[in-house]
Amino acid sequence: MSSLKEVRTRIASVKSTRQITSAMKMVAASKLRRAQNAILGMRPYASKLNEIIQNLSHDLEGTGEGIWSDDRGDNKVLLIPVTSNRGLCGAFNINIVKATAELIRGKYSGQYNNGNLHIYSIGKKGADTLKAWGFKVDEVNTGIFDDLSFDNTVAVAEQLMNDFLEKKYDKIILIYNEFKNAAVQILRGQQYLPVAQQDSADGDGLTTIQANYIFEPDKKQILAAIVPKSIKVQLYKALLDSMAAEHGARMTAMHLATENADELLKNLRLSYNKARQASITKEILEIVGGAEALKG
Amino acid sequence: MNLEIITPDREIYKGDAYLVQLPGIDGSFEILNNHAPLISALKEGQIKLKKTKGGKDEFFEVKGGVIEVLDNKVLILAE
Repeated sequence: MSSLKEVRTRIASVKSTRQITSAMKMVAASKLRRAQNAILGMRPYASKLNEIIQNLSHDLEGTGEGIWSDDRGDNKVLLIPVTSNRGLCGAFNINIVKATAELIRGKYSGQYNNGNLHIYSIGKKGADTLKAWGFKVDEVNTGIFDDLSFDNTVAVAEQLMNDFLEKKYDKIILIYNEFKNAAVQILRGQQYLPVAQQDSADGDGLTTIQANYIFEPDKKQILAAIVPKSIKVQLYKALLDSMAAEHGARMTAMHLATENADELLKNLRLSYNKARQASITKEILEIVGGAEALKG
Repeated sequence: MNLEIITPDREIYKGDAYLVQLPGIDGSFEILNNHAPLISALKEGQIKLKKTKGGKDEFFEVKGGVIEVLDNKVLILAE
């Protein structure tokens, strides 16, 4: 049995760890609330924009998205894993890294060997892990999560759209965690550019809205104006999703850690008390034994 | 009519309006009550809003956007 002093130091250290994890849980919870509001406020915007695009492209030959849906195959591919800048959020980052590595080793191994596959990592942790696994990360963006706003995202999106137009990349794929609720994240691998053709049988009932709209100036021009916007909005949505998912994952991870610390403390206290009682019993026995010996 | 102006970051305005003036890509235009259904794209400029007839003008800056008018509901997706 470990000595009393040893157990006492362990208890003290577990206690302080527990304090840290429970504080981190609180912080994550309050950040989550803000991030959650942002993503929930954003979704109506995105869906309304999609609805209008659907409405517009409904009876236009082709989708009219033109340059943005130019499918040139997948000779030059850019992968964008979206991770967090900080750790301690469970499997949040490693899931993204695993999915990225899987894509590189599987579907895009040819491009990787030819040097035609590039990685643009948003978030520090993903870049670090990918590098440690021996992949070459071309660019890392860690600043965007410090102050995540639409304006900041637009700058990144415009750079990506430019690269796509200049044929630097033929295909851009986003890999991110979608926020479902605090405990659940859904891993998404989404083709960002070229714009994937929307399934007309979308099933969400949006296609039924067919009022006789006046289009000003005309459908084609409106589409040309709003499709790039929707592409930017999509990136923003992915980043907001990832942010909310990160805080959710961290909150859950820290909650579990706090519970584990509680369990550990309980066991340590038990063994501490046992050891204490054992030593008291031993002392009493010694005293009694000594007294008996004197009597005799 | 009912007016909603939203950006990806937040909601700018929600409520009744008497008149909105918008910077369309082909020039400025106004929307009053009972406007026909309309979809149009906006360019960078100012949105002018009158909440009531003869009321004070309010201005919002936008960098572009889309507007949809349907059944006296005006939705502006601004940027």
